[in-house]
Amino acid sequence: MSDEILIEGDAGFAAVAASERPLLSVSGLSKIYGARIGCIDVSFDVWPGEVLAIVGESGSGKTTLLNCISSRLAPTTGTVSYQMRDGRMGDVFRMSEAERRHLMRTDWGFVHQNPIDGLRMSVSAGANVGERLMAVGQRHYGSIRAEASEWLGRVEIDADRIDDQPRAFSGGMRQRLQIARNLVTEPRLVFMDEPTGGLDVSVQARLLDLLRGLVSDLGLSVIIVTHDLAVARLLSDRILVMKEGRVIESGLTDRVLDDPRAPYTQLLVSSILQV
Amino acid sequence: MSPILVVSEVAKGFVMHLRGGLELPVVRHVGFSLSEGECAVLGGPSGVGKSSILKMLYGNYGVDAGQILVRHHERFVDVASAGPRQVLAVRRDTIGYVSQFLRAVPRVSALDVAAEPLVMRGTAAEEARRQAGALFEQLNLPERLWSLPPATFSGGEQQRVNIARGFITDHPVLLLDEPTASLDATNRDVVIELIRAKKRAGVALLGIFHDGEVRDAVADRIIDVSAFAPERTAA
Amino acid sequence: MSAQIATDAAPAIASYNFAYLDEQTKRMIRRAILKAIAIPGYQVPFASREMPMPYGWGTGGVQVTAAIIGPEDVLKVIDQGADDTTNAVSIRAFFAKVANVATTTRTMEATIIQTRHRIPETKLSAGQVLVYQVPIPEPLRFLEPRETETRKMHALEEYGLMHVKLYEDIARHGEISTTYAYPVMVEGRYVMDPSPTPKFDNPKMHRSEALQLFGAGREKRIYAVPPFTEVVSLDFEDHPFEIQTFDRPCALCAAENVYLDEVVLDDSGGRMFVCSDTDHCEDRRAQGHRGEMAGHPLETAK
Repeated sequence: MSDEILIEGDAGFAAVAASERPLLSVSGLSKIYGARIGCIDVSFDVWPGEVLAIVGESGSGKTTLLNCISSRLAPTTGTVSYQMRDGRMGDVFRMSEAERRHLMRTDWGFVHQNPIDGLRMSVSAGANVGERLMAVGQRHYGSIRAEASEWLGRVEIDADRIDDQPRAFSGGMRQRLQIARNLVTEPRLVFMDEPTGGLDVSVQARLLDLLRGLVSDLGLSVIIVTHDLAVARLLSDRILVMKEGRVIESGLTDRVLDDPRAPYTQLLVSSILQV
Repeated sequence: MSPILVVSEVAKGFVMHLRGGLELPVVRHVGFSLSEGECAVLGGPSGVGKSSILKMLYGNYGVDAGQILVRHHERFVDVASAGPRQVLAVRRDTIGYVSQFLRAVPRVSALDVAAEPLVMRGTAAEEARRQAGALFEQLNLPERLWSLPPATFSGGEQQRVNIARGFITDHPVLLLDEPTASLDATNRDVVIELIRAKKRAGVALLGIFHDGEVRDAVADRIIDVSAFAPERTAA
Repeated sequence: MSAQIATDAAPAIASYNFAYLDEQTKRMIRRAILKAIAIPGYQVPFASREMPMPYGWGTGGVQVTAAIIGPEDVLKVIDQGADDTTNAVSIRAFFAKVANVATTTRTMEATIIQTRHRIPETKLSAGQVLVYQVPIPEPLRFLEPRETETRKMHALEEYGLMHVKLYEDIARHGEISTTYAYPVMVEGRYVMDPSPTPKFDNPKMHRSEALQLFGAGREKRIYAVPPFTEVVSLDFEDHPFEIQTFDRPCALCAAENVYLDEVVLDDSGGRMFVCSDTDHCEDRRAQGHRGEMAGHPLETAK
């Protein structure tokens, strides 16, 4: 596959276990809209099993960044390379579209803030979960349904709702269904855009707890965009703070939140409402 | 005995950007070491920076200068300059921490909160819960609370969950930030016994105890943090 | 299928070109047809013209027929298997008038058969062309309304959605309840909508000796299944594709294993089941086959 490249200095790569190398590597990524900056010169790595939070207020460029690294949006400059299942690093923007889309529906997941953007509202919950399985060639109705049913259970949706359409579901259930739909192919990397946004606090807590469990059980790597620092603290190992398109501070999540260095991070942290 | 933790020339201050860049120096020239099976206690008046030192050792606070070397899998790692992944690895396998307050996670039972560090290190969930339960029993935490999320527990109950969570693993270094602050005498004695057991197992402990009784019972030596106060060293 | 400029082939209506369409248009349609044959199952866009009939009456099929028909061709037109319905009669008359071609109702004699929603029961042979009138060519339409997206899905062979639809059928009805326009995979590459023919006819498309052309006038698409092409109906391993079965033979010709229409006889619930393919039925009766109601004069059945 000529579209895949190995990262420079790959001579000793075979000797290094895949878990000892980044799963995703972002380098010099910028997205410019005419005179407006989406995000500028962002570089970071995500390691297997790591949860990275990207925080910042609306307009800080965090969603633009997420869309670029998940290949939903072409960056102006910069590269995103991903460690494919065979261990090689693939340049996401030099892959063929077929390869990229295959990646997106097998080894990656994308959880949208609004479940309507990530679900098929007019097909049943079971088919929503089963779609990815069918897309990768599963052709046994019984086993597709069994797997869908198991996943509904894992996201705490009653098995007897399997034939209901998501429009009959509450916001929290829809979001959990969207998560199941993404995880059914056992992706290694999941992108999440404000997954708890717009949910009631109690529903949010349940979802966060569920996500936390799934992430650790499945050893998922997650890149989560959120403006909620409490969500970032609960879920993430590492954090990037963005302002005006730039990463202004990054590090271990509790270090950044307990000992913020940049003026803007201090402002963000001091703005959290205490309960 | 060879040291497992060596702190040298560590300095820490805060810059308060929201208050016009006000600089608040916390500690300077911090230096001490810790050996296996030893319990050292950070002493000095409150506000002198004892908690800050513990947090720097745990990688929770940034370090402005100096080194914090810890023996991690037979190699020394400088926590002061290590990257996030390395700090996480050190926390998983080498340095444990019992904080003063429990950061409760919604919906997770007390038993799972305490068992989590073991599960993260690969112990089966059932076995980890069993060990957590044994610690709860030792700490006299009523069994009806075990399956409940600790968010609604009293301060003393939360602290016992926290202690179980910190003591459940066999981390070679354990940092204790006032683990007995809200405990009654009985449970305080249990904690003292737990600390002694850790010492016998060769664990190096560094703690902050305001309770003189506990301190006298466990401390092998006192490290006076006032010696690291910026005013004094600046003079 | 000879293509010739025949200004005097239809002297009675000198103002029309042979087969109604002008030669440039026919050439354009033929190019689309050739491309469609070259890429079996792929929907080729074409510049569909206004025809002297409304959309939904077979404007796509008529344009395909007009582009391939020659003076020597013999045309048969069926609508739901019948040669004698309004649509079939009108289109047959149209080509008799504008192309002056011979027409027939006999499947065996026809060189071109334009059809709405059936494939004749008589096995087609090499040299025959079956032209389908197609209302909606895009099999993915109902699940993915964006044309840009469905084209990409075809290009990248992303057909999971088709099975989502079949899954929904089974989940709701216990079986694949799609009975017509049942999606097929052509030559292992493109998923195709076989037009609203009953799924009963799907197996007839598989490795057919005849050329099959599909024209969608309103949607401006042409696609094709060349002779001897693999055409496989989509299904699940544990819910395999099955055609409809009828628990009785044709009431008129006693044919079994054919597609039957229900005909209501009176106001008191009387009904009969007869061949949907009228030519096939007449053929069998001419050969002496008699169904249980064949004693009735045909007039009462109408």
